Amino acid sequence: MSDTGGRDRQAPAMTSDMTARELGRWAWRQLTSMRTALVLLLLLALASIPGSVVPQEDVDSIGVSRWKDAHPKLTPVYERLDLFSVYDSPWFSAIYLLLMVSLVGCILPRTAVYWRALRSRPPTAPRNLSRLPEHATYTTSDADGDVLERAATELRRRRYRVVVGDDFVSAEKGYLREAGNLVFHISVLVVLVGFAIGGLFGFKGGVIVIEGQGFSNDLTQYDDFVPGSLFNAEDLEPFNFTVDDFELEWLTEGPRAGMARNFVSTLDYQETPAAPMKSYDLRVNHPLKIGSTEVFLIGHGYAPVITVRDGNGDVARSGPVIFLPTDTTFQSFGVVPAKDAQPAPIALEGEFFPTFALGDGMPRSIFGDLGDPLLSMFVYTGDLGSGAAGESVYVLDKTDADQVMKADGQPFRLDMREGDTVELPDGLGTVTFEGVERWNKVQISRTPGKLVALTGVVLALVGLLGSLYVRPRRVWVRTRHSDDGAGVGETVVDLGALDRSNGGDPERGEQELAAIMGSLQHRRDAK
Amino acid sequence: MTNESWELLSNRAVAACGAVYFLALLAHLVQWAGLRSLPAEEQVTSGRVAMAGRLGVLLTVLAAGIHFVSLVARGLAADPVRVPWGNMYEFTLAGTFMVVLLYLVFMRRFRLEWMGPVVVGLVLTLLMVAVIWLYEPVAPLTEALYSYWLVIHVVSAIIATAAFTLGGICSVLYLLKERSKAERGYLARLPDLVSLDRVSYRMHAFAFPVWTFAVLITGPIWAHEAWASYWNWDPKEVWAFITWVVYAAYLHARATAGWKGRNAAIVALVGLATLWFNFIGINYFSSTSQHSYAAPAEIEPTSAKVM
Repeated sequence: MSDTGGRDRQAPAMTSDMTARELGRWAWRQLTSMRTALVLLLLLALASIPGSVVPQEDVDSIGVSRWKDAHPKLTPVYERLDLFSVYDSPWFSAIYLLLMVSLVGCILPRTAVYWRALRSRPPTAPRNLSRLPEHATYTTSDADGDVLERAATELRRRRYRVVVGDDFVSAEKGYLREAGNLVFHISVLVVLVGFAIGGLFGFKGGVIVIEGQGFSNDLTQYDDFVPGSLFNAEDLEPFNFTVDDFELEWLTEGPRAGMARNFVSTLDYQETPAAPMKSYDLRVNHPLKIGSTEVFLIGHGYAPVITVRDGNGDVARSGPVIFLPTDTTFQSFGVVPAKDAQPAPIALEGEFFPTFALGDGMPRSIFGDLGDPLLSMFVYTGDLGSGAAGESVYVLDKTDADQVMKADGQPFRLDMREGDTVELPDGLGTVTFEGVERWNKVQISRTPGKLVALTGVVLALVGLLGSLYVRPRRVWVRTRHSDDGAGVGETVVDLGALDRSNGGDPERGEQELAAIMGSLQHRRDAK
Repeated sequence: MTNESWELLSNRAVAACGAVYFLALLAHLVQWAGLRSLPAEEQVTSGRVAMAGRLGVLLTVLAAGIHFVSLVARGLAADPVRVPWGNMYEFTLAGTFMVVLLYLVFMRRFRLEWMGPVVVGLVLTLLMVAVIWLYEPVAPLTEALYSYWLVIHVVSAIIATAAFTLGGICSVLYLLKERSKAERGYLARLPDLVSLDRVSYRMHAFAFPVWTFAVLITGPIWAHEAWASYWNWDPKEVWAFITWVVYAAYLHARATAGWKGRNAAIVALVGLATLWFNFIGINYFSSTSQHSYAAPAEIEPTSAKVM
């Protein structure tokens, strides 16, 4: 929005015999020219498009792996071009960094120009005011001095900055337009600083907490954790909370039947281990703020309580197991490894149906609420993976495992309702479906610099309003004694005005000039 | 009144305002057909032709009133009562209303009488598209949408979209008039190129700060509360940003000498294209956008985002 009154800084053409210094100057001029800024802006818009079409690693990592599976030939090319993380890619960064340099190169000289303009006086009246787009003339018997004095008073009343000369008055207003312009451009830098602070010092982590269980803010407790590059784990605030209760309401009728709403997760939390226990109703759109960290409710699901007894009758595993929903009916998928079972390790893998039904011959869930919960799982034994760190608890490594079969050679499947206990073949043990608990997915994040960014945008908006709506204008009044037309002792008063905003409406300018002239004439009549 | 009867009232009001818009369009067509036979310089302030023009505006005001009733009834039909812009149908209903409202409000100030047939025709078309293809029964919103930011964020987006659309109409007419050599008829009677360019600029200069407010201030604040991150590079956000950048380039280019008129009009239309694509394209083609209102939000399998 550079408004230099049409003075576009033209970069000179490059010649072959330039010194390094000249080359530097030339490059700087090129970069900070208005045309380059414009091209960079449009390039930024263009460069943002791929990220909205190709799935992005940061936004939708599952989408990325699915895309890669579907397009094996394009994947290496896309990876080469950083198309899965466009907004962190060198080429995207290059565009906005160049834009920033161009911005700075624009702001600095213009601030200097503006500073000088602020301190200088309105320019002397041009000789011939009738050449200006807005002008008017009248003849009066008043003395020059009176006219100019009245003009100065009138223009000051209209909040012009006024200079009175021998036979003219110069006036200027609307200095705030360029100020707004500069504020806008500087604010863009402020926003980027805020954005960068968030990216460098912030973090974003997610954790699934089963109802009744707790979480304390420690790196080891997170399921996933994305720190900023300068984030220090010691900065984690030492709070803890327990999900005391989770309530939601299922819509059973209407066009959105099957949708849930009014999620409320009641948290008991302590800001530090020594602090008193407080309670908070965590809801969507209402995060819990603890210090500079915020806790958001972003998901929920079911955790069937499963007890696995091994061949010896000992409990190999017992408790709620988190199942991840795969669709809006909350049909969920989970794995239940019991690697320490004797004589052989056991693992279950399969689906949980909150409201079980057979649709088109396929078992499925028809509603998200617990209408008719059913657990349906296959059983594996043998080598179930090392259980090493980094292995997802939601995936079973079946490469070396043996699926447990029925006598007829078909896979053995557990289909259990609450309270059922099923004996596994080959004396492996028993499985009991004890009940169902709920879990909440909670996102915990810290976004330092968000207020910096917000302040930046608000300032940008204020600056924008100034640069779009303040109308810089110059008005001149000049007196002369003409031989032709005017009689002896008569004064010819010329008025002229220049609207320096682009796109301003000329009518308002003409009206103002007419009003100024009217007030000068009117006072003469009143005399 | 029950929710069902409010919904019925809303549907009937949409049909009624469509009919009145159609009558307004007819009146404007009569007016411009009459003006065709006169030289472009001749101003008509009395007689049947001027009467038809005034009738067109009057009918547009009436239709806008009924249009407003349909919006209010739509909001009251929801349980709980909410603002009527929760899906594409409602957004189109509210957006077209805002286009008409801004046209009527700015009519005197910018002398927009000549825009009547285009605005009424466009709004009528969009309403038909909304009723035929986008209609959805009144339904509760997903949880994240229940926030007062729904009012602030979306209403500012709607105002900006409407003003950009009006500005875009000016730009299209600018480009048409620039090529036209006609001495009579609609294009010849439009304001001169300089005035068209100026009206277009002023629409954009009004819309751009409102869009900035919607997309870069209220959007991130709400995103931070609902999705735990103020900027997610969600496709909708990306395209809103693209639109912002293109219109920033438009204003930037206008400030630079030599980019008024034709080139500026083209950049403005590119901006309008990105704006509309964001509304239509992203809602229909993007499965990852958290802003997708075309279909009930789908869940990303194996992720736990289900709200």
